[in-house]
Parts: sequence; C-alpha cells; structure tokens
Amino acid sequence: MSEPVAQGSLRRNLTVMLLLGAVGLALLVYFIVQSVAREIAQESQDNVLAASAISILDSARVVEGEITIDFPYASLSMLDTVTNERVFYAIRRDGRFLTGYEDLPLPTEPATAATQFASDTFLGEPIRIATARRGLSSDAGASTLEVSVAQTLSGMTQTLARISRISMFVGGGFFLLAALLAVLISRATIRPLDRLAASVARRGPKDLRPVAAPIPMEMVPLVRSLNNFMSRLQRSLSRSEEFIAEAAHRVRTPLAIVRTKAEITLRRVEKQENREAIRDMIRAIDESSRTAGQLLDHAMVTFRADHLLDEDVDLAALTQDTIESLRPVSELKEMEITAEIRGTPHLRGDAILLQNALRNVLDNAIKYTPAGSTLSVTLHETDDQAVVTVQDNGPGFPKDDIDGLRYRFARGGNAAGTIGSGLGLTIVEDVVTAHGGRLTLSNTEGSGACVTISLPS
Amino acid sequence: MRHHFIAILTMLLTACAATFSSAFEIEDHAIFGDDKSEQRLRILSTADIEFFAPMISSYLSATPEIQIDYTVASSTEVMRAIYDEGASFDLVISSAMDLQTKLANDGYALTHVPSSLPSLPDWAVWNDMVFAFTQEPAAVVISKADFAGHPVPSTRQELIAALRRDPERFYGRIGTYDVRNSGLGYLFATQDARTSETYWRLTEVMGALDAQLYCCSSDMIDDVESGKLAIAYNVLGSYAAGRGETDRLETVLLSDFTTVMLRTVLIPRTTDQPELATAFIDHMLDRTYGNGPTPLQNASPDISITDAALHRIRLGPGLLVFLDQFKSRSFLSEWESAILQ
Repeated sequence: MSEPVAQGSLRRNLTVMLLLGAVGLALLVYFIVQSVAREIAQESQDNVLAASAISILDSARVVEGEITIDFPYASLSMLDTVTNERVFYAIRRDGRFLTGYEDLPLPTEPATAATQFASDTFLGEPIRIATARRGLSSDAGASTLEVSVAQTLSGMTQTLARISRISMFVGGGFFLLAALLAVLISRATIRPLDRLAASVARRGPKDLRPVAAPIPMEMVPLVRSLNNFMSRLQRSLSRSEEFIAEAAHRVRTPLAIVRTKAEITLRRVEKQENREAIRDMIRAIDESSRTAGQLLDHAMVTFRADHLLDEDVDLAALTQDTIESLRPVSELKEMEITAEIRGTPHLRGDAILLQNALRNVLDNAIKYTPAGSTLSVTLHETDDQAVVTVQDNGPGFPKDDIDGLRYRFARGGNAAGTIGSGLGLTIVEDVVTAHGGRLTLSNTEGSGACVTISLPS
Repeated sequence: MRHHFIAILTMLLTACAATFSSAFEIEDHAIFGDDKSEQRLRILSTADIEFFAPMISSYLSATPEIQIDYTVASSTEVMRAIYDEGASFDLVISSAMDLQTKLANDGYALTHVPSSLPSLPDWAVWNDMVFAFTQEPAAVVISKADFAGHPVPSTRQELIAALRRDPERFYGRIGTYDVRNSGLGYLFATQDARTSETYWRLTEVMGALDAQLYCCSSDMIDDVESGKLAIAYNVLGSYAAGRGETDRLETVLLSDFTTVMLRTVLIPRTTDQPELATAFIDHMLDRTYGNGPTPLQNASPDISITDAALHRIRLGPGLLVFLDQFKSRSFLSEWESAILQ
C-alpha cells in the first residue's frame, strides 16, 4: 500500500490564519486605543488651558476707561497641579501686546472657534497654546481682548508614555487571548476529523460496516463516499465468496457422479493399461472434488468468521470427536493417531469452525506423512490459553518457506503427487485468527512437522 | 538684604532692560576654601554670609580643594544680574520664590535630577530646576514690654482687636514690609492676601495707626528690640529666632495661618561649572533632607509640617501671577490705599 502524500496541515493552516487575524486585530486595537486615548489626553490638556485662558479673560474689567486685569492666582497655578509645568501667557488687545510673554506665538489660523489651540515651540520647549478672545467696550470704543496661555508638555509626555504602555498591554493581551482562542478553535474544528480517522483506523481488517457516528455537516460527503465505497467493497467481497461456494457446489455433484461411473467402469475393464488410465482419472476427480470441498469450507469459514458465534466450546470433546471422525481415513494408510488430552479446556467461539480447522490440520498430516507413521495430538491448558499440538513423524514442512503455506492456494514444495488444494492451512489460519488465537508451523528436528494452535480460553 | 524690588519688577515686565546700563549692585562678598584653586564655584545669593557659611563649611570639610566665591545681593539685584545682564554664576540662591520660579520658567535655569531625589518631598522641587532647602515662616515679633499684662495675640483677629482696643499705645509703633521695595515683603503680602481677607482688614488697621514701612526683617527686629516698635508684622521667623533668647522680644507664629517661605537654589544657564554646581546642590539637599540637622540655623524644614495653619508657599507658575504688571499694579494700589491713609 502506498503512503498518502501529505501536503500542508488543515490545523496548522487554520491556526496560522487565525493568528494572522489576531495580529492584525491586536495592531488595530493598539492603534485605536492609542489614538483615542491621545485625543482624550490632548482634549483634557486643552480644556485646562482653555479654562485658564478664560479665567484670565473673565477677570478683565474696564475701570474708569482703563483696562484692569486682576486675574486669579489659580488661573496659572491650575496648570501645574499634577505635574510641574512651565507656563507662559500673553494678553493682547486688538493684537497689541499688553502683558505676559511678548514672543509667545500668535495663533496662526484665523479664529473660528471660541478657543483656539495650537502646538508650538517656545524658549526651546514644545508647548501647547490655548487662545481665547472677548469683546470689550470702553470709552475709547469696542476692542478685542485676546489671552493666550501655554504650558510645557512634561505631563502630556508622561501621559502619552503611559497611554503607549497601556495600549501596548491591551494590544498584547488581546493578541494572547486571540492566539489562545485560535489554537483552541483550530483544535476543536479538526477534532471530528481526527475522531473519524481514529474510528476507521481502529476497525478490524474485515469490518466494512458504514460509519454511523454523528459527524459535522461538512464531512457528510466524505463519509458518504467512504460508506458507499465500503458497502461496494463488502458486496463485491461477498459476491465473490458466494460465487466460489456456488461454483464448488455445482462442480462437486457432477464430479461424484463421474467418480461413481469411473469406478463401475474400472471393475468392468480388463485391460491393464485401460485400468491404469481410469485410476488416474479417479485420482484427478478426487483432487477436484476435494478442492471443491475445501473451497466450500473456505467460503463457510470466511462467512462464519465475519459473524463469529460466541458459544461455549468443550475443546477436549471436540478434539476427541475430530480424531474419531478421521480414524477410517488414517487406518486406510495404516497410521496411528494418539491423543493426549490434559484438563478440560473450554473457550468461547464457534464449534463448527474449530472442528473444521482441526480436521484440516489432521487431514493434512495424514495426507503428507508416509503410510505407517504416527500422529500424536496433544491438548493442554496454560494460564490463559488452550494449546493443541499435532506432531507427525513425516518429512516435515519445506524448510525455506514455512509461513508462506498459510496463504491461499500455496502448496509446499514437497507436496507434489499428493491430492491437495492449498486451502487447508489458510482455513486453519482464518479460524484461529477469528478466535483471537495463533497458528504456529514448525519442524521438530528429526521427527517431522509440528502444528501448534493456541487459543485464548 | 536690600530689596529694591518694584523698580526691577517694572523693568522686568516691560522688558526694557536696556535702560539699566550699570551692573547689578553687590552687598557683600566672600571667598571660602582654597583661593588658589582652579575649581571655583560662584554663588549668587540673597542670604547673609553668616547665615549660609555653615553650609559652605560643611561642604568644604569634605572637598577642601575647591574655592567657593560667595556674592550677596538683594533678590531684585539677583534677578537683574541673571535675567537682564546674563551674569555668569554657578548657583543662585534666593528667598524670592516668585523670582526664582520666573527664572526657571523662562528658561534661565538648568535641570538637574538630584541624587537624593527619592527622599526629596514633592513641594521642595519644581521642574527639576528649583530646589528648596529651608522653610522659614513669616512671624509677628512683639515687644514684651508693650504686652505686659495683656494677652499676646495669637491670630490676626486678636491682633486687630488688640490694635483697636488701644490705638494710642500702638500709633506709629507698628512695623511691616514696604512691599513696593521688598521682594520678600511683596511675596508675603500677596500670599497673605490670597489666603485670607483678614489681611486687608489688618493692613487697614495698621495703616490707620500710621504703620512704619521697612525694607528688611533685621531692621524691624532691631527696632522692636530697641522699643521703637511694639509690633512687627511678617518678619522672617528665622531672623527673629537668630537673636536668641531675649526678654525684650517674643516671636509669634499666628495660628489662623502662617505663611512659610522656602529658600531655593537653582543652577543658572550661565554656569561654567555645572558638575560643581550639581555636586553642591546634592550636598545641600542631602544635608537638608537627609539624616541629621541642617547646618543652617533656625531654617529647619521640619517645622511641624502637618500643622494646618502653616501655609507653605507652593513653588509653581501661580507665583508668576503677582509678577504680572497688571496684577501687581492693582495689588499695590489696593495696598497703598490701605496702608497710606
């Protein structure tokens, strides 16, 4: 089977995309928090400056035609309450300087709002200036009083640094949270796929049932195709098994008739060479009918193994019965079968299959060992296993490919001249595996082949 | 100390320094330490030599290789020297907090972050430029002889009541600063007026009793001591206490409120020894706020700071308000109409 070609990972792609989104959003949050907070900070500084300028403006009065400006102490001290700030102011009347700092920059834009704000530099320090105006009428006529108040930005700088730090924390925290969510989300999204893969991988080699567990909508087409595929495979498998069984069955009956006719004919034929030919014919017919039988057995085993019975099996009685049923065959070859049964092992399984398997082992042993040899069958129990051993004193298995004999239609290199289908050990293997047991083939030095069946009891 | 305050103030604010061609006026001068030394720290100060000498000595005892050149001038002359004439000094010490603040605010001072900053209280430093190293209350000094058998007034109300009860005794025998000429007197008066309306009533009562106007605390204390004055209002407490125990004088810190002035130091932009200047400031602040008493007599910053009646003048741009020509003009005209009757 070729390995699937993996390219990329859904989970990784999903995580990376979500993380990229998180980075983008975190940056957005950082800049939004920063700009909003900056604006608010600037606004509050402007408000204080405006309050200061307006309080100076409000203190201006015309007394006996002269302007007096008795501005309150707080108008300047309020600018220094939180952080130490240098403060500058200028009071102008109709653009003419009255008092304060004459060089303080004038507002560059024409007045639109009641209070104007500007950022500038004065005495080498960056400052923020608020300028407010008010009409004033005296005996000399109407005039405009203009008050500019400026302060340095050390508090603002501190505030901005704090804002920067806070928005960094907010953005960073947002990113961490989003990253965590990204990992969790991608994992949760992929989980049904993992679950499906695991449930399919967990199945036995012959479990072709459709996937029934609930799955997300997006996976329905995939699972539908998978189920469809598996049911087609199932149908195709069972059809071929049925076909083999049917074919074997159909072949067996005519073969039996042909064999009977051949034997009748053999009795009538006198000529030696014709008798030989008919004997060859009978042997060939035997071989064909045996193959047909085993194909049937195999089909049965395959079917029953798929739907294994779970009944109590008395292995001792079963072994004894099987040996007895084969005695007529063994006696034909003048072979002796000894049985040594220790204990009364019981197990759960299908008695018919187990008997079939054991019969195949014994049948093989009888067939492949020379006439007059001895077969010894032992049955004993270990802690959790029942072990059946069939030992002969024949030529043993071919040394180079013992395990290859398990496969369908494989025959030993030393089996030529013996009637056989190559299905016997395959059947045994299937039955034993279906019961969760193990089939071991080995040669015992100097004393033939040994077949061991271990079954969990 | 001589304060020729208002002339200089007007000069400052109209920014026509060019009319003053002569150099600023020096009152006193002294050199401490090694007079051959190349390392010369030049201090321009309003504090008398005797007042500040202990601080200099305490510095020189650790670093005797330095020469300290100490020049005394009035606060307005100090302002004139630095603000208008650009005279080169390494440290400027003044009791005129408003003028010191103006120097710093207008960019005439260098910033310095003192090494002892963690223990420095917030009120003692402004913008890392102006550093306070004393707290000196404005006190009332009375002649004991005149109050024999009478209760000593402990608030301005009681003082007003005492003056009104016995006008003959106090007529012409009350002294206070002439705020037109004294920078410190102007600072005390403006802060008093800011704190309570009682100040104006007291000023009117004093004016009605033909108050005598003085340039300096020491002159007032002299006159109380000699019996010429019965009461001196807004005298530097540290100067009064400097007279020591006497049976003629009593110093009273009024309990309704007492204005507390901070003597401050800054490094002018014109310094050519900034390292020496910062080292000396660090020494001053360490001796003032560190462990152990300050070498300056009666100028401890530890006077019961938590006392609600003590109104410590806050360093900051508020001090610029009364330096404004409009503001000072209206304040002075109000003061004149109260005191000159």
